Amino acid sequence: MASNEEILAGLAEIVNEETGLAPESVELDKSFTDDLDIDSISMMTIVVNAEEKFGVRIPDEEVKNLKTVGDAVDFIASAQS
Amino acid sequence: MARKVVITGLGATTPIGGDVPTMWENALKGVSGARTIEADWVAEYELPVTFAAQISTPASEVLTRVEAKRMDPSTQFAVIAAREAWRDSGIEEVDHDRFAVAFATGIGGVWTLLDAWDTLRAKGPRRVLPMTVPMLMPNGPAAAVSLDLGARAGAHTPVSACASGTEALHQGLELIRSGKADVVMCGGAEAAIHPMPIAAFASMQALSRRNDDPEHASRPYDVDRDGFVMGEGAGALLIEAEEHALARGARIYGELAGTSVTADAYHITAPDPGGLGATRALKAAMFDARVQPSDVVHVNAHATSTPVGDQPEYVALKTALGDQVDSVAVSATKSQTGHLLGASGAVEAVMTVLAVHDRRAPVTINLENQDPQIPLDVVTSARDLPSGDIVALSNSFGFGGHNAVIVVKNV
Repeated sequence: MASNEEILAGLAEIVNEETGLAPESVELDKSFTDDLDIDSISMMTIVVNAEEKFGVRIPDEEVKNLKTVGDAVDFIASAQS
Repeated sequence: MARKVVITGLGATTPIGGDVPTMWENALKGVSGARTIEADWVAEYELPVTFAAQISTPASEVLTRVEAKRMDPSTQFAVIAAREAWRDSGIEEVDHDRFAVAFATGIGGVWTLLDAWDTLRAKGPRRVLPMTVPMLMPNGPAAAVSLDLGARAGAHTPVSACASGTEALHQGLELIRSGKADVVMCGGAEAAIHPMPIAAFASMQALSRRNDDPEHASRPYDVDRDGFVMGEGAGALLIEAEEHALARGARIYGELAGTSVTADAYHITAPDPGGLGATRALKAAMFDARVQPSDVVHVNAHATSTPVGDQPEYVALKTALGDQVDSVAVSATKSQTGHLLGASGAVEAVMTVLAVHDRRAPVTINLENQDPQIPLDVVTSARDLPSGDIVALSNSFGFGGHNAVIVVKNV
């Protein structure tokens, strides 16, 4: 079971891999679209990679609710428990 | 009077050079880009052919990691070559609505397609990445070049197997002549050195089996030729309406004076033994360019090094050029680069333009015993072309009976 800090670090790594954004710019209050400029195709790639990394399932209908990095961390944390 | 079209920018990434200056230096020297493939899959699948001509500068050394991730290798090569041609042209401002792309491929994103299929089978549909479709589509290279350079007058993708790259120049010329564009980025890209296409081409007996001596495997016109060598890469040519190039004071390499495309309607893969479709293409291209056979001093031949392909091209050249065929310096540059399939016509167009501009014909390597049935004057060490007005042709032929020819004149 990953802690929230570990989930954030893992997500930052995935976002960096997909977009080239510096991992430290991936902070809890950042919006994927408005702050990080991540388009829907990149978002789906990030979701699929996060599913594999954290061993969770993020349903497609849930993805639109993951507006900020914090939303994604919370969802993954609760899906793990 | 049709608008005159000139070539002002060149780009390439090939097995004998990752940019145009390196490629051209090697092409005049005569080197082989063919090597044993250093990949586990050669042994894993027990491929009957274990070598190919892979690009000499990996795309990962040119593109950023994130750029490369979103592009199939064929598109990576296209973008690398097109950026070089764009820089080389010195063009600073362009009316983006009058700027088009005609960028060909023979096969398209075959690595992406097959990787996605492997992922689906191993990990299920959820793991098939959302970028799969835009990466595998054959218009991917043209679309990426259009996006990268802001070309909005259409992004076209001629697909005619190994004639594709040459057909892209045909399409570009038509776009400018018809007034639909003033500037066109033309080219071709291919990245098919993957076990499946190798197995498929080997299965049709098209590939050389000289596994113990890759550098001598591509040997057009030699009696011991036994098939072509798979190549990969891209070539790009920025072409412009002459008045557009003159207005911006551009350096002009040469004139794209004419083009033609014909179809054999004879057999799906075998060339017409009488070379009729190729002859019609040669004659039509010279007519289109308003040049005579006696004007032609150089031909960059299709010459893939297959036993059945090289000879009909000679028949076509002899028929179309008549006695002039004996006075033409013929270069078979696939002897060096291997066969870049849908990119070959574009890379050979770059070489043809440079041959006219520099008045130097590139080298055909590995010609030890010339096939007596192909008595062409083959360039085996770099040779000067005559002074004065000169014309060169570049031929490409593709499975499906596609024939495409371009005519390049000095300016």
